[in-house]
Amino acid sequence: MKKQLWQIGIGTFLFFTALVIKPNPEWIKTVLYLISYSIVGGVVIKKAVKNIFRGKVFDENFLMAIATIGAMLINEYAEGIAVMLLYQVGELFQDYAVDKSRKSIAELMDIRPDYANVKRGDELVRVDPDEVKLGDVIIIKAGERVPLDGKVIAGSSMVDTSALTGESAPRAVEVGQEILSGCININGVITAEVIKDYEESTVSKILDLVENASNKKSHSERFITKFARYYTPIVVILAVFLAFVPPLLIEKATFSSSIYAALSFLVVSCPCALVISIPLTFFGGIGGASKRGVLVKGSNHLEALAKTEIVVFDKTGTLTKGVFNVQEVVPVGIAKEELLELVAYAESYSNHPISESLKRAYGKEIDNNLVTDAKELSGLGVRATVEGKRILAGNAKLMQEFSIPHFEENLIGTVVHVAVNDQYAGYVLIADEVKEDSAQAINELKEANIKQTVMLTGDNKDIAGKVAAQLGLDDVYTELLPSDKVEKVEKLLLQKSAKGKLAFVGDGLNDAPVLARADIGIAMGGLGSDAAIEAADVVIMTDEPSKIVTAMRIARKTLSIAKQNIIFAIGVKVGVLVLTALGVVTMWAAIFGDVGVTIIAILNSFRALNVSRL
Amino acid sequence: MKRKFILEGLGCANCAAKMEEAINKLDGVKEATVNFLTQKLVIVGEEERMPAIVQAAEKIVKNIEPDTTMKRA
Repeated sequence: MKKQLWQIGIGTFLFFTALVIKPNPEWIKTVLYLISYSIVGGVVIKKAVKNIFRGKVFDENFLMAIATIGAMLINEYAEGIAVMLLYQVGELFQDYAVDKSRKSIAELMDIRPDYANVKRGDELVRVDPDEVKLGDVIIIKAGERVPLDGKVIAGSSMVDTSALTGESAPRAVEVGQEILSGCININGVITAEVIKDYEESTVSKILDLVENASNKKSHSERFITKFARYYTPIVVILAVFLAFVPPLLIEKATFSSSIYAALSFLVVSCPCALVISIPLTFFGGIGGASKRGVLVKGSNHLEALAKTEIVVFDKTGTLTKGVFNVQEVVPVGIAKEELLELVAYAESYSNHPISESLKRAYGKEIDNNLVTDAKELSGLGVRATVEGKRILAGNAKLMQEFSIPHFEENLIGTVVHVAVNDQYAGYVLIADEVKEDSAQAINELKEANIKQTVMLTGDNKDIAGKVAAQLGLDDVYTELLPSDKVEKVEKLLLQKSAKGKLAFVGDGLNDAPVLARADIGIAMGGLGSDAAIEAADVVIMTDEPSKIVTAMRIARKTLSIAKQNIIFAIGVKVGVLVLTALGVVTMWAAIFGDVGVTIIAILNSFRALNVSRL
Repeated sequence: MKRKFILEGLGCANCAAKMEEAINKLDGVKEATVNFLTQKLVIVGEEERMPAIVQAAEKIVKNIEPDTTMKRA
């Protein structure tokens, strides 16, 4: 590239010198022009000649050579050199822009680990991640990237998962936990056992997805391919007409000027601007999304995401955390701590999720010797004796069974009523918590002009209805079996407009059929879940539903940039063709219509990479 | 089966599109994609025909852009 810069610099200097001086004799000027031309355009002519011998006649180099030599033959030295200069500068810029975009793509992909420290006997060996086997023990020092998915067997540390999730807050890892490749170890030293081959590890899966995502083409890209197939031959045919028809029909027209116009046509005949910039735009959008923790598995899905009209959510694990937690402890006549203690003890023999959440809320070791006569009453609750007190813990039916008056208001969630020695002692409310950003996500979707937000759930009407109202969803369908969900989605698919899309958001674990049926399947919490990554078109690596809005904004920006580029490039090219045919502009404009447009379109598509604020 | 190649020196986007089109037309190729930005060629095709496909693809690449070399990735 440096050599080219020098050539252009010296050539330009000679060109302007020749332009300004009035030498005597006159031929010195011509000599200067010729030297300048050979410095600037020599490479082009060499390539043109080479390609003719290879059987490729109508390439860009040939066109430029013919056009500029033609101009000089009719004594238009300045025009010929200027055109060649402009072309070379344009090419240089274009190479630079392509180079730059390749580099920023490489940067995007820069989450690949370079090496792994494997323990072999007492020694620590640095090897390629590819060569590490299952069960090998690796050591990750502070500042290093986790090379393969593993399970921590010694040490603890904070890890930076931002490369995978877009999340800047570090996570703590301890012995027994899994660590995912692609994360960066921040402070401690971690020893881990490898649980996945490099090929199967998170980082290579993500890289593979992002890299191959652009192979699934969007409508815009298909349009470009089709357009290119017709555009070039049509322009070439028009050029031939332009070269021979006007001189035959119009008296004033000369062959030299009409052939020159035809050559300009040929210069504009490459659809390069579109062919480079549109895929680059989508690549940028997909890459940018992955930086924010959203994996989009194809340009087509990114496009569909931008056209979403209806968003259907699964409830548990998507809008709610999917974990039951004690929300409220309401004692009657006894202390709060005592109520929680008694109920935790009474339920200690059960391993139902409800009992688990009670034990978790109690938080202290349970002394099993204190519990006697524990008995599970199916469909009602439990009965047990704790430290001599007869405890009943269960639903309202259990209280009715024993004729114990109890709190009867409707509450969101599961209520565990407690009676001590047949005296009502209060209740504990357990519920699946709504995620922090669920309401915000629904709200922002509405602001983003999503026409309908719907929640589907297997849960009962009371609980689900209240969650839906709290979040502001437009519609909710409750008590659905998995097969009912597919049916509901099919009905909703009929409600969207012809071009609109329906997205289904689930956790990817047991809703694969619905994810597949929707126009776009979005899975949440994809980090570390292969099932979710497999099943969906779009994977949100974190647990945040608000990332759906982020993904849509990225998709819309990407699509609008692609549209701008298509309209701009085709507009300028057609404009240049018309003006050239009318004789208003010369080859200068044609070169702008070729390389100039390409450079501008590439620069515009760079904007798709910048999604940090969406 | 799937084969991946790196196209070193791939410099023209329209050429990449032409290569993709031509390789897709080869016998035994199910799907071929040329990615101009990552300079990668992925061929999915019948296993027993793969050697012939790769040879033909190499020829196509050289023909369309003489300065480009096809390497196993």
